[in-house]
Amino acid sequence: MGFNIYDFSGMTHNMHLWFLELMSPTAATVVEWTIIGVSYLLFIALFGLFLVYAERKVCAAFQQRLGPMRVGPWGIFQTIADFIKLLMKELIMVKSADKFLYNLAPFIVMIATFMAMAVLPFAKGLQTLDFDIGIFYVTAVSSIGVIGILIAGWSSNNKYSLIGAMRSGAQILSYELSVSLSLVTMIIFAGSMQLSVIVESQRDGWFLFKGHIPALIAFVIYLIAGTAETNRGPFDLAEAESELTGGFHTEYSGIKFAFFFLAEYINLFIVAAMATTVFLGGWMPLHFGSIESFNTIMDFIPPIVWFFLKVCGVMFLIMWFKWTFPRLRVDQILTLEWKYLLPINLVNILLMSLVVLTKFHL
Amino acid sequence: MNALFQYISTVFKGIGTLLTGMKVTGKYFFTPWKNVTQQYPENRETLKMFERFRGEVIMPHNKNNEHLCTGCGICELNCPNGSIEIISKMELTEEGKKKRAIDKHIYHIGMCTFCNLCVKACPTGAIVMGQNFEHAEWDRSKLTKVLNQPGSKIAQGVKE
Repeated sequence: MGFNIYDFSGMTHNMHLWFLELMSPTAATVVEWTIIGVSYLLFIALFGLFLVYAERKVCAAFQQRLGPMRVGPWGIFQTIADFIKLLMKELIMVKSADKFLYNLAPFIVMIATFMAMAVLPFAKGLQTLDFDIGIFYVTAVSSIGVIGILIAGWSSNNKYSLIGAMRSGAQILSYELSVSLSLVTMIIFAGSMQLSVIVESQRDGWFLFKGHIPALIAFVIYLIAGTAETNRGPFDLAEAESELTGGFHTEYSGIKFAFFFLAEYINLFIVAAMATTVFLGGWMPLHFGSIESFNTIMDFIPPIVWFFLKVCGVMFLIMWFKWTFPRLRVDQILTLEWKYLLPINLVNILLMSLVVLTKFHL
Repeated sequence: MNALFQYISTVFKGIGTLLTGMKVTGKYFFTPWKNVTQQYPENRETLKMFERFRGEVIMPHNKNNEHLCTGCGICELNCPNGSIEIISKMELTEEGKKKRAIDKHIYHIGMCTFCNLCVKACPTGAIVMGQNFEHAEWDRSKLTKVLNQPGSKIAQGVKE
């Protein structure tokens, strides 16, 4: 097997033993926690910068523009410059705001993002927490973010913020249902909620291909509902610049605004990573049944590269939605969820159960 | 049953229209060489403006330093913000008649909105829109231009 070289579980185990030799078990645990925390922080900061740059370039290409071109070759340092600007901006404190909640809100949003990141399997052995209820955990913690948004809108003491937050709450709570139900469809198929088991059982074929029609329907529903849950266009009416002057983050500036901004982009990554893990085989290489030489070549590409390739593919698709479709009205958003996605999802669960019962899958 | 059929057909129709939209933007994305943005100062040497672009009012002269302007002043009357001033003079023709001719066609580009009315109004087609758009100057007085070149005169056979 090609990808034993790329197995990270041995490496982390050896590091753990090495720390135990050097220090007491308590200290070793603290050091490991610190390392993991710092690497997640670094990853979020760097990947957030990359995502903002990618979004601007992709958006430009969809509109026949060039995007940022001046700071560095092809504008690659543009987002770094923007980030420095954000850090140096004044933190404006609203006089009539609820100060404690106003300061707390960005952190709640960021913490929810952090918590959801913890269970994502980046490669074999490269996963911080491997719960046996992994998917359940992700859907649970990712909905904490909406509390942060509601708090931000309420504590700003601004009508635009409050309207934006309420819209966002109505939207995320409704679409949470679709995300969860489409994931439930795949849980029925996989027979497990543990993300590492789900990835491992896609070794001989991705669930999107194995589960054919019901999996495809679930994938489409997941993409739509996931886009809505990240508050991105065409479902971005919570922060609709043209009507609400930014929605729930109207009153935020500087680094607090950057937190909301970063959390939104990292949520995009999380949605794409969950789609990759559950539908597209996670870090598993692409294999075609019996073409042995092709499969061997595919095995040489490291799993982490596979993971990020697939994630970038899904993220590109979501960006494609954003820069193609016009923004939906509130009633249209709720109609789409309650009249279309939810009934289709429920029928789809039945269909998937039938497929599993009759073993009518690859 | 009919309602169910209608429901399903709406779903597929909706997906179809969404895919049509994605096809359009996808075509833009995957043909980046058709991008309309230009890198301006870099491509200054090769930049060619479009024929309909209105950069400034110019008065073309032929190789004998002759133009088509009769000094009638219609362009001055038509200019909505007074950026054209016509100073005319009286000249004796070969037959000994007095005839009005242009002395100075003064053009204040700082006041011009490039509306094209003067060019449309000109009965002899003496002024046209040029395509130079780099008008930045250090001194405001340089924005006042005289369009007829010194020593130029009206071309033969221009009817008033």
